[in-house]
Formats: sequence, C-alpha cells, structure tokens
Amino acid sequence: MVFTVLISVGVVSLIGAGLAALMVVSEHFFADYGPCRITVNDEREFTIEGGRDLLSVLSGEKLFIPSACGGRGACGLCKLKVFEGAGPLLPTEEPYLDKDERESNVRLACQVKVRNNLKIEIPQELLAIREYTCTCADIKDLTHDIKQFRFELVEPESIDYVPGQYIQLLTPVYEKSSEEVHRAYSISSDSEEKDAVELIIRLVPGGICTTWCFEYLKVSDQIKMNGPYGDFRLSDSDAPIVFIAGGSGMAPIKCILHYMKNTGNKRKATYYFGANVVKELFLIDLMRDFESELTDFQFVPVVAEPEQDENWDGETGLVTEAVQRDLKNASECEAYLCGSPGMIDAAIKILHELGMNDDSIFYDKFA
Amino acid sequence: MNGTAQISYAFVVFISAIFTQNILLSYFLGLCPFIGVSREVKTSFGLGIAVIFVMTTTCMLNWLVYHYVLMPLGLEFFRFILFIIIIAAFVQLVEMVIERYSPFMYQRLGVFLPLITVNCAILGASLFMVIRDYSFLVTVGFGLGSGIGWFLAIIAMAGIRQKLANERIPRGLQGPGITLIIAGLMALAFIGFTGVLQGS
Repeated sequence: MVFTVLISVGVVSLIGAGLAALMVVSEHFFADYGPCRITVNDEREFTIEGGRDLLSVLSGEKLFIPSACGGRGACGLCKLKVFEGAGPLLPTEEPYLDKDERESNVRLACQVKVRNNLKIEIPQELLAIREYTCTCADIKDLTHDIKQFRFELVEPESIDYVPGQYIQLLTPVYEKSSEEVHRAYSISSDSEEKDAVELIIRLVPGGICTTWCFEYLKVSDQIKMNGPYGDFRLSDSDAPIVFIAGGSGMAPIKCILHYMKNTGNKRKATYYFGANVVKELFLIDLMRDFESELTDFQFVPVVAEPEQDENWDGETGLVTEAVQRDLKNASECEAYLCGSPGMIDAAIKILHELGMNDDSIFYDKFA
Repeated sequence: MNGTAQISYAFVVFISAIFTQNILLSYFLGLCPFIGVSREVKTSFGLGIAVIFVMTTTCMLNWLVYHYVLMPLGLEFFRFILFIIIIAAFVQLVEMVIERYSPFMYQRLGVFLPLITVNCAILGASLFMVIRDYSFLVTVGFGLGSGIGWFLAIIAMAGIRQKLANERIPRGLQGPGITLIIAGLMALAFIGFTGVLQGS
C-alpha cells in the first residue's frame, strides 16, 4: 500500500517535472525573440528582450500609457500608433478600433507582442506622464468629510501640468484592501508651484483610497502617484466663464483660478459653489481674495438648506437653481463643471435650457 | 491481429469516429466550445483544426504513457490526472511553436488554442481509447477521426447559425437555447449513419 502510494507520487511528480522541464527548454528555444529595438516618435530608441507585450515593456521604460484594465484588453485605453513590426490586427483589438484608427495604424499596446523591431508613436501628452514619489507634507481639514492633502515631490522633483488635469494616486496594500489601486484626483494647487501638488479629497464611506487617505496616511509618509492626465482645461476664447462645482469639485476650479491670476487673464468669470449647509463651505477667504485680485471674478456660494443658527444671507437652494436665477442667456458663455455625476447632469440640463450648446460645456465627472 | 487487419480496423474506427460515433453528436462531449464558439464559420474552422491536431497528438502521447508507464506499474487509476497534465502541457507547447513559426495561424486560432486544454472531448477521446483497449495504430485512427468528427460538427453548426442570424427566433430560445435544439436535430441526423459500417 505504502509502496503504491510512493510509486504513484513518484510517477506523477516525474512526469510533471519532465513536462515542466520540456516547457522550460522549449520556451527557451521558441520564445527567444532576441533583442528588439523600439523607436518612439523617431526620437528615443531602446533595446529590450522580445517576447513580452508592448504595454508592460513601455511601463518598464517609464513610459506610462493609460490602462484601466491592467493589460487584459478590456478597456481599450492603451491606444498608440505602431508603424512597423506589429503584425496583423488581432481579433481582441478589433472591437476597440474604428475604421480611421485601423487605417492610421492605431493598436492596443497590451495586445501587441514585441517580436521584432518596432516603430511606434506615443501622443506627446502621454510622454509627459511620469510616476512620482512624494512625501505627504500637510493634511488639512476643510470640512467634516473633506481634507486637503499636500504632497511634496521627491523623484522626479518637478511636475508640469495643465491646470484642470488630474493625477492618479496609488493606494498601497493596507488592512482594508488586499490589492493596489489607482484613483484619480484633480490637482488643486497653483501650477506655478512645480515641486508640490495639492489634492482635495472627500471621504467616500467604504472607499478604498479615500479611507486610506483619511485614516492611515500620515504626514511625512511616502506615496506614489502618476500623471498628469485629462483634457479638462481653460479654453483660449474670451467668452464669459461660468464655473459650477460642489464639494471636492472645488479642486480643478481652484487650480484654474490660480492660473488665471498668474496669467493676468481678464475674462469675466462667475463661480457657483454648492453645499448643503453653511459648514460645508470651505476656502471662502481664498475665493474672496481671488475676487479682489482677478479683473472680473465673482464667487457665489450657494447653500441648499442653511440651518437656523447659521445666519446665512447668501444664495439658497440647489446650485443649479442659483445659476438659473442669475444667468438669463448662457449662449455666449462657457461652462466648467466639476462635481458629482448627479450635479453635473442637472447642470448640463439647466445650461441647455439657458441656450448653451455642448461645445461650450466642459466637465470632469468623478463617480 | 496481423498488420493488414490492424490497418483495416484502424480505418473502420477512423470512419466510425467521424460519422456513426461522432464524439460530439453521439456522446455530447466538448459541448461548451461547440455552443460558445459556433457563431461564425471562420472562427469555428480555426478551433476545429486545432482540436483535430491536439486530439490526434494527445491520444498518441497518452497511449504511450498509459501502456509504457502506467500499466507496468499498475497505476491505471492515475490516468485521469496524468492525461490532463499531458494535454495541458502539450497545448502550451503547441501554442509556443505556432506563435513562433506561424503568427498567422496563431492569430487565427487566438484564444481557442488554450481553451482546448479544458475541452472534455480531448480527454474523452483519450479515455475511450483506454476503455476500448485500442492498439496504437487504431488509437491514431480514432484520435484523428474524433477530431475530424468534432470539426465537421462545429462547422455545420456555425453554418446553420450564420443563416439563423437573420431569422426571427422566439426571444426565450435565442442563443444557446436554439443551438441546443439544433444540436439535438443534428445528432438525430447523424444517427442516419448507423449501419453504414458493420461491426463498429
């Protein structure tokens, strides 16, 4: 009996080991593509061992391509142009590429395997994306569930971004989460200050990243983030601006206001900021400062239901109602929105009613 | 059995595995990819070819392992686990070779190649050849025949489903529902081959 058990264990292990050895040997022979040279935008060249997918090769070279699915071909975000050496389009890529993209050699980086020399083109704005190591320098309470975090950059030492863009904060593995996750937050600080970024984060009950930020992150901790991403930014036109935000949606608007002040922008701007009660308003003093520093800027805090003892004499109701009361004809204006999806949808509806078309409405929707 | 008789028996088994004892339509093995990947003739073709190839080769390999390793050691009961290991390793190997030397084929087969590892028709064929006590030559005929039988069945199904795409099917029966009904009708049709071969 014991003999049989031993023999059977031995046989299975031997055959298993034999097959594994065979796989390793054949992998060595068959999957050896030798060194492959990758040329990026005709500017940069590097040589790597072939056999891996392009997305992971590029992130190994610190070239970050946005990808939400982690390289499984499920999100279709990691698009870039491959001019030479990618082979035919794969069935896994087809659903994500339209006719124009196919004709201009657009491919999904996670599906293209590096088998020989490649010539690729990465959009310029993606080349600026880097991973940053930072130290948490300051955590400030803004309201009962919103905090402002200041991160000073360690490596690389400075960041260039367009006001309105966001970064992705890496949440490490901690007690309440067994995997690393990235979450996007708009930068709220002055973009002239290149050695630090500030984020305004509202606590989402049960949220992996926000719980970590609120309960575990301490001043002087090291964190990682990557970016900048996004095309929410101030346009070049002269149209009067309507900013509409609520809660942590303050962040990109604050960043844009800093930028308008720095560049001496003279556009007329009105900022409607919504809160439920008076104590949820924050950074009011800073906004009043902007009012005196900018040529034509007005800050309109709107409180939905001020409590009796708060003595509120400003606008009341929903922020969208205040916009509707104030703005009679919006067709000449541009709107910049940031806040909850519900607020944004409501605002877009109101703005449409006031005669604004979609081309003039810009927004960042954070679920 | 002498050489000539062996060859003719192998041929009979080969033909019967394709038609009268079709592994898919009379044993209903490998039904999952049969229903999942039979929407288009093009992809069914790729999967069918891969099944033919893997089924023939793994049947041969498993026969050798069974008769030269397991039988002498009296470990026949281990065949399930070993057959699966061998099939899995072999499919990996095939994938590597195809990827290296024929990117075109690799692209055509795509995800279907690794899927074959868990196709129960492949394991089924290996187990049948043990139960029925086939010789090596007959096993080759059986493996190849079963593969071709599976290939024909999925191609036929894909052809029918492509035509069905433009038909009005009651909502509750769309997709797998109507496919199972068609598979049943096809199985009935294949019964018509019974008696074509004597002694199979």
